[in-house]
Parts: sequence; C-alpha cells; structure tokens
Amino acid sequence: MLEFIVQYPLLSALLALVGLGAVFGAVLGFAAVQFKTEGNPIADQINALLPQTQCGQCGYPGCRPYAEAVANGEAINKCPPGGEAGIQALAALLDLEVIPLDEEHGEEKVKAVAFIREAECIGCTKCIQACPVDAILGAAKQMHTVIASECTGCDLCLEPCPVDCIDMIPQRESLQTWHWPLPDPASREPQVIATDAEAAEDRAA
Amino acid sequence: MRKIFDFHGGIHPQENKHQSLQTPIRDAGIPPELVLPLGQHIGAPASPIVEVGQRVLKGQMIAEPLGFVSVPVHAPTSGTVSAIEDRQIAHPSGLQAPCIVIASDGRDEWAPLTTAADYRQLAREELLARIRNAGIAGMGGAGFPSAVKLSTRPGSQVNTLIINGTECEPYITADDVLMREQPGRIVAGARILQHLLAPGETLIGIEDNKPEAIAALRAAAQGTEIEVVVFPTKYPSGGEKQLIEILTGKQVPSGGLPLDIGVICQNVGSVVAIHDAIVEGRPLISRVTTVTGEAIAEPGNFTVLLGTPMQYLLARAGYRAEQNRRLIMGGPMMGFTVPDANVPIVKTTNCLLAPGHGELPAPSPAQACIRCGMCAQACPVSLLPQQLFWFAQGKEFEKLESHQLFDCIECGACSWVCPSNIPLVQYYRASKAEVLQLRRDHERSDQSRMRFEARQARLEREEAEKTAKRAARKQAAQQRAQAAAAGGSGDEDPIQAAIDRAKAKKAAQQAGGAQHDASEQEKLEKAVVTTRQRLETASSKLAQAQAEGSDLVTALQTGVDKTRAKLAAAEKALQEFQQAGPALTAGDAAGDPAAAAIARAMAARQADAAMAPADKARNQLQGLEQRLEKTRDRLASSQANGDEQKIIEALAMTVTRLEEKVSAAREQLKNPGDA
Repeated sequence: MLEFIVQYPLLSALLALVGLGAVFGAVLGFAAVQFKTEGNPIADQINALLPQTQCGQCGYPGCRPYAEAVANGEAINKCPPGGEAGIQALAALLDLEVIPLDEEHGEEKVKAVAFIREAECIGCTKCIQACPVDAILGAAKQMHTVIASECTGCDLCLEPCPVDCIDMIPQRESLQTWHWPLPDPASREPQVIATDAEAAEDRAA
Repeated sequence: MRKIFDFHGGIHPQENKHQSLQTPIRDAGIPPELVLPLGQHIGAPASPIVEVGQRVLKGQMIAEPLGFVSVPVHAPTSGTVSAIEDRQIAHPSGLQAPCIVIASDGRDEWAPLTTAADYRQLAREELLARIRNAGIAGMGGAGFPSAVKLSTRPGSQVNTLIINGTECEPYITADDVLMREQPGRIVAGARILQHLLAPGETLIGIEDNKPEAIAALRAAAQGTEIEVVVFPTKYPSGGEKQLIEILTGKQVPSGGLPLDIGVICQNVGSVVAIHDAIVEGRPLISRVTTVTGEAIAEPGNFTVLLGTPMQYLLARAGYRAEQNRRLIMGGPMMGFTVPDANVPIVKTTNCLLAPGHGELPAPSPAQACIRCGMCAQACPVSLLPQQLFWFAQGKEFEKLESHQLFDCIECGACSWVCPSNIPLVQYYRASKAEVLQLRRDHERSDQSRMRFEARQARLEREEAEKTAKRAARKQAAQQRAQAAAAGGSGDEDPIQAAIDRAKAKKAAQQAGGAQHDASEQEKLEKAVVTTRQRLETASSKLAQAQAEGSDLVTALQTGVDKTRAKLAAAEKALQEFQQAGPALTAGDAAGDPAAAAIARAMAARQADAAMAPADKARNQLQGLEQRLEKTRDRLASSQANGDEQKIIEALAMTVTRLEEKVSAAREQLKNPGDA
C-alpha cells in the first residue's frame, strides 16, 4: 500500500480523490432518495402565515396558490386580510424587506362576518357554491344561512347573490375580544417635561 | 419557630391602610336596585334561570353555571327580576355585559337553605358540589372558581394548605378587618378545607403590619393544627406564588399550578364564604369591601350585597365626587379605573379607591429607558422587564414568550420603580393579550385552511366521479358499437339472429299497432270534447260578467279566446290524425309521437330564440326595476322607523347598486348590438 503510494504519488492521489467523490456521491444520492421531501416546504411555511380567508384578493384562487407564488418570487404585499402584521411575518420568514400593502388588491379592513337577510333569500345556492370554506348552509329553494363561527369574511358570496341579500357585518368588540391597548407611543415623547405637567395639573385643580 | 423564606425583588410602597381601619365593618344596606353580571368570575358566564317579572328570594339561584369552570349567581336580597339585559360592568374596557337586574322589595326574605349539621358526614364530592353551588369564586381579586381549585386529581397529595391573609396591596383592608372581627369563621372554614383536602399542614400567612389580625387569629387557632405564620411586609407577597415561596421555600414551576408542588392556596374571604356555604348553607351574596381614599369622608369597610351600584356604596361612606378625579376598583398597584360610578360591586371587588387631587397623581410623561435595571431588581418573578419592554415595543412575540412573558403576574412593581415613568405593566398586559389573540387567530386560520382543503378535495372528487362516469358511458357506447359492427361482419348465425330479432319486433309492433292507433285517436277526441266544455263554461261566465259589468270582463275575454284557439288546435290535430291514420304503417305510428315532440320542442326553441334579445332584456329590466322599487320602499321605512345606521347604509348601497344595474340594462335594451 505504502509502496504503491510512494511509487505512483500522482496516481494514488487521483485514486483517493475519485474514491472520495464516489463515496460522497453515493451517500448524497442515497439521502436524496431516502429523505425526499414531498411538496414545497417553503410554500407550506408561507401558507401557515397567510390568514386563510381564501378571499382571492391577491389575484390567486386561494391562500395556498398565493403561498406557492410567493415561494416562486411573487410580491409579499398582496394580502389585505393579513395586513401589516402578515407582511412583517412573511418578510421575516423569507428575509425580505417589509414593503407597504399593495393598495391595488384592497385595504386592510375590520374583520367582518357575512349575514344573510333570510327573509329575502330566494334559495338559489349561488352563495353556497361561492363560499370557499363551506360556511353557508342551505339547499335549493330553501333559505340559506351563514355559520358565523366559520365565516372568514372574504366577501366572495356578495357578488353572486342575485337579490343582494348578504351584508358584511363588522365584528363588534366584546368582553371576549377586548384587550388592553399598547400604551400610546406618542405619550412617550417628552413633549412636556414632568414639572410642566404637574404645573398644568395644579392649574387645572 | 418556622423558617421564613424570601422571594426575589419586591417593593415597599406607602401602605395607607390606617385610613380605612378606624371603624368596624359596617353594613351597606339594601339598595333599591341590584345589577348582577353573569360573569363575575374567571370562566364561562352563568346562564340565567329566572324570567323578567319573576319574584326571587334572598339566596335563590338566579343563574346556573355553564361548564366546569363556572359558578352560579344568587339573588342577594328578595325582590323582582326587573330586567335581563346588557349593562355596563366594572371592567377596564367600559363595555357592557349581560346582567340580571333585581328590584329589591326591602323585605329581605330568605329562600330555604340546606345546612349541614356536621360537614364531616358529607362525602368529598358533596362538599365540592355545595361550594360550587354557593357560587364561590376567589375573593382576593382574581375570581377563579374555588370548587375547581379544590378539585384535586385523585392521587395528587396536598402537603400544604395555605390561607392567604397577606393583603399586600396598599389601601386595601378588607381581609384585615375580616381576620380581626371574624377569626372564628376563618378557622372553622380552614377546618372544613382540612377535612376536604387532608393536607399535611395548614398555614395562615399574614404580613407583620396587621398585629391585631395576627393576635385574633392566633387566639382562634389555639388548640387546632392550624399555624399562623407572620412574615415581613413587602409588596407583592400576597401573590399566590410569592406567598408559597415565602412559606415553603418552593417555587411553582413556570406555567404550572401550585398543586404541582403539593400546595393549595385560598384567600381568607373565600374561606369565610366556604364556611358560610357549608355550615349555614348561605350562598355567596355579599362581601367585605374597603372604601377609601381622600375623596371619602368616612373611609372604612362595608358588608355589601353583590350587585350594589358603586354609587350607592360610595354615598354610604361620604363620597365627595368633586374631589375625586377617577374611581379605582382594586388597589393602586393592580386596580383599574372604572368607567362609571354606577357599575355594580361584584365578587372580586375588594376595594373602591377614590383618591383626592393630590393622591395618586397621573404618571408623568414616560421618558426613554435608560437601562438602569431597577425593574429587574424589583421583579418578584425574576423576569427581565427592560428586555420585555423592548420586545413588546417591537412586537417580537416569539422573543417575548421565550423571555417568559406569561410568568408575569402584572403586579406593577417594575412600573413603580421605573425612573423614566414607563408604564411597563401596560406593555406586558397588551402584549399578553396580543399573543393570545394571535394564537386564537392562528387556530382559526388553521380551521379555515382545513375546511378549504376539505372543500377542494370534495370538488375534485366530484369532478373525478363525473369524468369516470362519462368515461364509462363512452366505453359502453363504444362496446355496443363494436358489438354491432362485429355482428354485421360476423358469421351467418349472428346475421340470422339479428334478422330474426327484427322480424319478431315487427310482428309484435304490427300486433300492437292497431290498438295503439285507436288509443291515440281516443285521446285526441277526448281532448277536443273537454276543451269544448271548458269553452262553453268560460263563455257563459263571460256573458254573466258582461251582464253584471264586472271588472273581470277583459280577463275572461282573453281566457275565452285562448280556449277557443286551443279547441281549434285540438280539432285540427284530430283531423290530421284521422287523415294520416290509414296511410301510416305500424312502425311509423310508433315513431310519430316522438318525432312530433321533437318538432314541437324545436319550434318552441326557435320562437324563444326569435324573441330572445329584446324580450329577455325587457324582462330583466322589469325585474330589476321591481327590486329597486322594493328596496327603496324598505329604505324609506327603515329611515322612518329610525333603524340602525348600519342597516340604512346597507340599504342605501343596495339602492345605488340596483340603480346602476337598471341603467346598464336600459342601455343594453337601447343598443342590443353591444350585448
């Protein structure tokens, strides 16, 4: 062995390199087959950050297709329901710069829930077919109604309704949804020094 | 002497307890109206079991618990239920919540009570059920249902039962006076808990700034296994986890419960309530509340019925509204400003603080954080408040969680020591709520995604089924064609068979042909006869109407015309059939009705197509106009009725949308070429 190396230094070096290449190639090839990931893991991660309203405001038919598009380089600011926070989360995940929401695709709105004015519903089932999350109950020529807890507020049922009997009702603040607000950052700006504030209070008193 | 431990941090704010300790507990009396929120505790709100107008007795259950973590609500005095509606409650949001309103009748008539002569005879489950049915929720301020806290899992051992008489927050003396005046009930209640939990030791923890309470409890606990433990005053040693560390030296693990280290903690107020519920059968309908502050003429403690408006209680203590800038429920450290002085006292209202002008001034404007680290030294949970502050500002929720934001007890020590007057606790409260909100949103979006994917899968499956069906049909057709082709080009036998089949069919048809013919003719004749009859009755009616000069004349006239046309058609059909009849072969007769139907359908379609563009558009326009008119009417009536603004706006929007549609339809009608 040693003799061979001493005798043919160049050849042995070549052999060693080729051998290493073959071994690592085999290991990598095996790993590629054995640990193959199904689907697109980045698209999955992006999809997990999207709000899943399935509203199509981004121009894609649902959140999943938009997630795939973003994974392929689409802009991250086309999701109005996700809003500012959604863009920030996507930017953090993809290591991109935070950009303002593209207003072409709509504005960030208060969360709303669809409501069918049931007296006017003619039972055409068009909204049921339009609902991306199956949140509307009903049958042909029967009154329809929205399962409020499942409605994502995507607006997609408004357009197909032939009698315009669907309203989007903005969610009201309740004891369950209320929480303390963050302190107003403006109040942290020392516009008045503390003694001024006390003097103002004394005057008020 | 028992070894006393210390916890990290803590502060020593001015106590201000003497003001409200000058007088014994007074009775606040019965206000004319009591407002009882259904959610006075942590957990699901109770559900009302009384109706408006119903008379209720003192101590009667008026709302039952919904779910395990929930407690009922009882009528604090006798009277009539005057309303069950949303009222403003003592909550920092100032929002309304469902309440039962009772108009008291002043008779204070008790409902029958279930007392227990000897609670030792009762089973564990029975005791817990009685505590739960008495509506007892932690009275130290948090309001966690006591029965839930006492329901230990089988197998878990309670080593230490701690009765919390610490009351570390400035100004509040409700527990102090309770311990001074009713030590016997506290000890008796503690013995009930001892019986229930069988703990290794029972301790009553009191800060050393309450010597009278300590003396009274020591005297009452003489001869029992209950030990009164005294330790130095420091805020917030009354926090459950802090008190456990002081008395046992053990720390409750992060995110865990005291029971995980074999400890159960109960406030003295809750212990008294448990005693009353078990021994006297009295549910929780009143509590001791401190009313103090410079804007109160006679500060002190009151036994007050739950649901009493704060205004009523304040008036009893000599409230000087003009000297008071804000009314605080709870203490100065952890309390909050109530939105209105008319909100009711609830199970967790341990103090009403009405500071005067010089007292508890509004914090000065916050300055920048100078990283002095005083907050970290003061934090009783050993958190890093300055770090949490940065992360809260930047909304870095993951980092907040990894820095144990959820271990924060919101005691306010960090804000109190902050030289820059930064409202640190407010940042943590908001961030906690936001993190929880995000978690909920995430759960919701996961749910939506699952529903969306399930729907996608369903649509795909349906599509696949349809395609499969279509393919199967196509294949079957091909097979038939192939079979037919094979039959045509095959041996003699199949041809012969086919010919035989055809012959047999023809024979059968010829046999049935005459009969069929006859029945067809019969049908046509019958049609002619009935139509003629109908025409006659219609004509007679028309004549009658004309004679009477009725409004229906025109309608009847058109009816008669129509019937006449029908009759003519029927007669013609019959004639044609009779003419064609003899000429038809048997096979043609069988095919004729089908061919006629096809011809009719084609004619109808042609007619439809001929009048389609203009007529259809006109019909559509008419429909739209009707809808527009209806919506306008509704809008007008809504405006007249003064409905909600939202509804009116929605209707107005609908009207404009319909107007657009109508004008578009008109446009289309004018230039049909565009469509």
